[in-house]
Amino acid sequence: MIRVTHAHKAYGTFAALDDVSLDIPSGSLTALLGPSGSGKSTLLRAIAGLEHLDEGAVLIAGEDVTHLPPQKRGIGFVFQHYAAFKHMTVRDNVAFGLVIRKRPKSEINRRVDELLEVVGLAGFQHRYPAQLSGGQRQRMALARALAVDPQVLLLDEPFGALDAKVRDDLRRWLRRLHDEVHVTTVLVTHDQEEALDVADRIAVLNAGRIEQVGSPEELYENPANPFVMSFLGSVSRLGDTLARPHDLRLERDASRAHAEADASGVPVTEAEVDRLVRLGFEVRVELRQPEADESFFAQLTRDEAADLDLRVGDTVWVRPTRTLAGTGDVPALAG
Amino acid sequence: MILTTPAKLALRVVALVYLAVLLAFPILTILWRTFAPGLDVFWASIRTPAAISALNLSLLIVAIVVPLNVVFGVVTALVLVRGRFPGRRLLSGVVDLPFAVSPIVVGVALIMLWGSQGWFGGLETLGIRVIFSVPGMVIATIFVTLPFVVREVEPVLREIGTEQEQAATTLGASGWQTFSRITLPAIRWGLTYGIVLTVARALGEFGAVIMVSSGFPGVSQTLTLLVHSRYIDDHNTYGAYAAATLLMMIAIVTLLLMTLLDRKRPAAHFAPTPARSHS
Ligand SMILES: Nc1ncnc2c1ncn2[C@@H]1O[C@H](COP(=O)(O)OP(=O)(O)O)[C@@H](O)[C@H]1O
Ligand SMILES: [Mg+2]
Repeated sequence: MIRVTHAHKAYGTFAALDDVSLDIPSGSLTALLGPSGSGKSTLLRAIAGLEHLDEGAVLIAGEDVTHLPPQKRGIGFVFQHYAAFKHMTVRDNVAFGLVIRKRPKSEINRRVDELLEVVGLAGFQHRYPAQLSGGQRQRMALARALAVDPQVLLLDEPFGALDAKVRDDLRRWLRRLHDEVHVTTVLVTHDQEEALDVADRIAVLNAGRIEQVGSPEELYENPANPFVMSFLGSVSRLGDTLARPHDLRLERDASRAHAEADASGVPVTEAEVDRLVRLGFEVRVELRQPEADESFFAQLTRDEAADLDLRVGDTVWVRPTRTLAGTGDVPALAG
Repeated sequence: MILTTPAKLALRVVALVYLAVLLAFPILTILWRTFAPGLDVFWASIRTPAAISALNLSLLIVAIVVPLNVVFGVVTALVLVRGRFPGRRLLSGVVDLPFAVSPIVVGVALIMLWGSQGWFGGLETLGIRVIFSVPGMVIATIFVTLPFVVREVEPVLREIGTEQEQAATTLGASGWQTFSRITLPAIRWGLTYGIVLTVARALGEFGAVIMVSSGFPGVSQTLTLLVHSRYIDDHNTYGAYAAATLLMMIAIVTLLLMTLLDRKRPAAHFAPTPARSHS
């Protein structure tokens, strides 16, 4: 387990980390998710020992490592831009940590062969990083980090510099690898889809603070506040109320909408259909509140849309089945 | 810019003539004058006691100056690139000083500092002679060659950044291991070029060194000073040509040696162009 307690880190007067406390369970794959500049890298680098905290402590497997250098923390670190050793072959890159540890040659060879196999670079061992694609370089970097059997694997936007297709493949590959190896893994990302896709726990950061920690389902279904809600998926804003677009029900009949709404205690909003977009099995209805001139959208299934028989310019009544109050800190969820 | 064919040809001719007149022609003249009377004459001329002593002194100075410049040059470059402290710009300017100051001025300044009347002149009463002796010539040479290693290594350091070093650290490498296994190989090209320039300048330095040399043949005369004294003092034109040729030969050997040494070690930039394959 990794435990961070009351971490503070300031650059000048700017607080990059502001009283951050976080537990990362052993064997989990935890994502640090947040917008650019929210302090994700700073937190990850503090865990690695590449950055010094002004206050607070870092514990790895029960040991206080706050004042230990990175060499002594038992970590593996993967950088966004690979940090490949350019003057070494793939093989020497992967072997680096073992050579430093002065392991016997036979053991190094065995371990490196094994890892090159795992990351699918066995045929590339005598190449230099410059002769590899971005995805291959990052897999080499992963093998290099895993070679020393780290207690924790720390990844700082490892797929951020890759194109979409390669990114998806590597993401899935990392998940499979983690299911096999089970090393405690922390993944920094600003991409909510990536976090929801690979992580079994997500910590959402914003402006140097942790907003919420939980499983992807918990965060998506029960966001603690509007920030988490809007960061983990699409959000439609109806006045003061926030709701997921797929949680909006549309009614042509005002009285029916109100009857249902009174039962659940959620307000009903009048809106005009601006545009209809058919995206495969779902229909995206773009709506506008006439008096507030606010736009939002609802996601319906094809059947629901067909039943309503909507046309641009129609007036509908919108009733959220689940909402989050847009003001106040209380996670007021209804539905 | 799009040029017509005649214009291109004309430009090429101008460039070649310029290089020929200013570089190739003088060097070829010296080589011609040196070897025209025969190899044995050349050999005899560089085997005189004064010539041997000059050669030894020049090599000695190079052997002292290069290691010092490598160590301090790399450290200074690291400080300039990685350091965050007030006065960094000032330090950067100081490094360029030898480029800005005439070598003669350097010589005069050294005499003022280290001469018997200078601030550190007290050393002479202790029997340590700096000016008009080898230490003075070494100091003068260090002064004029100081910027080369720094200025060649600095941009490379800036370009490689610190991520590779951080990666090495997380893999367990100590500070020294990181430097010797990651940083040093990465800056090798810049360092090599800096050394070549340092050697060339150390061999060829005249102004600063002549000010602090006693100028006695066979005692404190470098090869460059020997060329000068043979030509001006001894009116030995041929001897001057021969010594100049010897100087050039040392410089060329240095260049070849450094290139060969570098080629021996495997390196990314000797790898063929990236063969991109899909991941
Ligand atoms: N070395 C530094 N000096 C000054 N400010 C920094 C430094 N490193 C990070 N910051 C600032 O700290 C904040 C958090 O940075 P970072 O942890 O890299 O964010 P993230 O990884 O979430 O994008 C950013 O606003 C960034 O500008
Ligand atoms: Mg970052």
